[in-house]
Amino acid sequence: MDKKIILRSLLVVATLVGITVLQMCKPQAPASVSGSDAAVKAYVPPGQYDEFYNLVSGGFSGQMSVYGLPSGRLFRVIPVFSEDPTTGYGYSEETKAMLNTSHGYVPWDDLHHPAISTTNGEHDGRWVFGNANNTPRVARIDLKTFRTSEIIELPNSGGNHSSPFITENTEYVVAGTRFSVPVGDKTDVPISTFKENFKGYISFISVDPKDGKMNIAFQLKTPGVSFDLARAGKGPSHGWFFFSCYNTEQAYTLLEVNASQKDKDFIMAVNWKKAEEYIAQGKGEKVKARYARNRYDESTHTATSEMLTEVLQLDPAVLKDIIYFIPCPKSPHGCDTDPSGEYIVGSGKLAALIPVFSFTKIQQAIANKDFEGEFAGIPVIKYESALHGEVKKPGLGPLHTEFDANGNAYTSFFVSSEIVKWNVKSLEVLDRVPTYYSIGHLCVPGGPTRKPHGKYVIAYNKITKDRYLPTGPELTQSAQIYDITGDKMKLILDFPTIGEPHYAEAIPASLIMPQSTKIFKIEENNHPYVAKGEGQAKVERKGNEVHVYMTAIRSHLTPDNIEGVRVGDEVYFHVTNLEQDWDVPHGFAIKGAANAELLIMPGETATLKWKPLSVGVYPFYCTDFCSALHQEMQGYIRISPAGSNVPLKYSTGKTDDTAAGAGR
Amino acid sequence: MNPIKRISRGVVAVAALLMISAYFVPLWQILMWAPQYPEGLEMKIWIDTLSGDVKIISALNHYIGMKHIEVEMFPEFGYMIYIVAVLIGVGLLAALWGKRLGLWIFAGLLVATGIAALVDFYLWGYDYGHNLDPTAAISIPGMSYQPPLIGTKQLLNFTAFSGPDIGGWIFMVSAVMAIGALVYEIYINRTK
Repeated sequence: MDKKIILRSLLVVATLVGITVLQMCKPQAPASVSGSDAAVKAYVPPGQYDEFYNLVSGGFSGQMSVYGLPSGRLFRVIPVFSEDPTTGYGYSEETKAMLNTSHGYVPWDDLHHPAISTTNGEHDGRWVFGNANNTPRVARIDLKTFRTSEIIELPNSGGNHSSPFITENTEYVVAGTRFSVPVGDKTDVPISTFKENFKGYISFISVDPKDGKMNIAFQLKTPGVSFDLARAGKGPSHGWFFFSCYNTEQAYTLLEVNASQKDKDFIMAVNWKKAEEYIAQGKGEKVKARYARNRYDESTHTATSEMLTEVLQLDPAVLKDIIYFIPCPKSPHGCDTDPSGEYIVGSGKLAALIPVFSFTKIQQAIANKDFEGEFAGIPVIKYESALHGEVKKPGLGPLHTEFDANGNAYTSFFVSSEIVKWNVKSLEVLDRVPTYYSIGHLCVPGGPTRKPHGKYVIAYNKITKDRYLPTGPELTQSAQIYDITGDKMKLILDFPTIGEPHYAEAIPASLIMPQSTKIFKIEENNHPYVAKGEGQAKVERKGNEVHVYMTAIRSHLTPDNIEGVRVGDEVYFHVTNLEQDWDVPHGFAIKGAANAELLIMPGETATLKWKPLSVGVYPFYCTDFCSALHQEMQGYIRISPAGSNVPLKYSTGKTDDTAAGAGR
Repeated sequence: MNPIKRISRGVVAVAALLMISAYFVPLWQILMWAPQYPEGLEMKIWIDTLSGDVKIISALNHYIGMKHIEVEMFPEFGYMIYIVAVLIGVGLLAALWGKRLGLWIFAGLLVATGIAALVDFYLWGYDYGHNLDPTAAISIPGMSYQPPLIGTKQLLNFTAFSGPDIGGWIFMVSAVMAIGALVYEIYINRTK
């Protein structure tokens, strides 16, 4: 043993220690490990039910998805604004009308926000509304059937983003335009005349408390800005509505820069009770407009579309006291009222603080005419006069705020990718957790209501990057669930979502589950082409239209042999599912169908239109694995040349040619 | 003729009157469970009709060639209302008459009716389970599907249970009361 070896060894050890120390100094990526009890908290054992339904917007998918919380399990994707070849929504003769607009049939859209109906500011579990951000529309989905019941288009609107937020008793669903647009007779104008000709319209859609039917009650004509989000007042502030708006610079190009110039944009406070008073006094003006309203009738299983031609408008620049502006820092996005209805949280997406306004102070400021001036004829309340206080240094890029039942707020931060919990009264920051990555909206069950159910906060993220196994350049979007029952928020689950999730709401299963429809009663089916039993199945020719009144029951279609149909005919398969048993849908598909297939629920009738283009025998079959003999649930239609005199005939279970060995 | 005690007359009258319930509640029930039907399917037999998941049961049973169950299949539904009416009438008359023979007749009729009903039900069940459509989709040689008379039985993927419903139980109470009154009368007369 000599000194050399010892020295060498020491050198090696020293180098290793040095490298280790260096490594330790290098900044680490934020750890994303959740607590050890996380799995237990999100675990719902097989066969057991989740505590909440989570209704999640599908963003660019145009649909709404239904998840369970806390398991994050996906139950269903409800077709709303986009056609769905799986179920035939938008393709079947019955549902085509749902996607009709003043621009014709628009088969897709961009759904951003669900809003569950409320009574006295609390979830009542009747309907969920959704907005179409592209071709401005609002949809109403029935929470008994989880089907879209009605879609109403919005005239004078250029992108329905500030929607479909609702008042305390679902009196109104609002729809504020994201794009101001030129309206009326002056629509062919230079874009540069924005200030002069472009207007922003806010629509108040009334909802019939009995059956939910929607109607545009009135529109407010407001200065040309962009409306972003909104929330109704509640409790003491019931009767008011608050809208965030950006681009008060009234820029029409490179908004990224030009709409970010002003230090403050506005939150617009709307006294809708005042608007109702003006309407009662006959101060509204009926204006020509053209917009579609599509309703689905559950008794005929058929949607009809009507084109409406008039809308009632009010001009708040003339009719005073309907709207007021409140300055809000840096292009506000979220505009959320707390459960008490006293506090309104504005989230400037470029701001480094969160202003919280007080409804009481706003009322005082209005009474004292505490205004700093006017914007396009509308009074602007002084910022300080309306302010309850500011949350200092909460994070970067606040977007949206939800609330729990204990006076706490949860704000999402896109830029700093985190959720920050703070106290609404004291404005003190209490906790923060990272999200993966770049959270947009967030959801506390019952968060927008007067009685939040609490328990969880869910983050809906824009970027997933390295969170899941990669699937090429196109990756899933995702959500994360955090337990908020303790002082500290704890990540308990991470799950992928359909489309890009924007806003979502969660409602206790107990408010939805007991009333969920299981079947449609066949006796109550008033479809004009229903066959209420195999005895009523038939084929009728009307000129070149052939109507097949078909029935489906385990495991055959009636009729399953059809002849005497010719090239050039239009064949309508009206398929009635005769089952009256839960979870026994039947499907219908035919070779060469250029549109879609059908999925027909028990007791329902749906129609697929099919145009045979060439001579031959075409197979059709049931696409839903309904029974042990599902594979046998099939049939043929014979297509003869145009002008052929093959007689029309149809049957099931009839064997003509026993000599050839056919049949039994 | 042995006159019977007042208490026995009262018991017989109550037993007869209890049977009026037969017109308002189901008498018999058949319950079925399968992996796909964890919530179960039920068929209730009333004095003059059937209720419950009859259509679903028929739709499922057609695969093995069983007949479609219809109310019209059962002539019993036409005359059961009269049989029960006669039973009630005989019971009330026996109470009024107050003789032991009346008691014998009433109790005897009740027991005989009960046995006849079970025999009738067994014969129907035998026919329903054995007389199968030869062209049925599922045909298992040697397999028949007679529902249980009383109790539980496994039939392919279904567990079937057959037993009295409320009305059936009330009938049994009536029968026990009538027989009880008879036994009581015989007993007290012997000790005299």
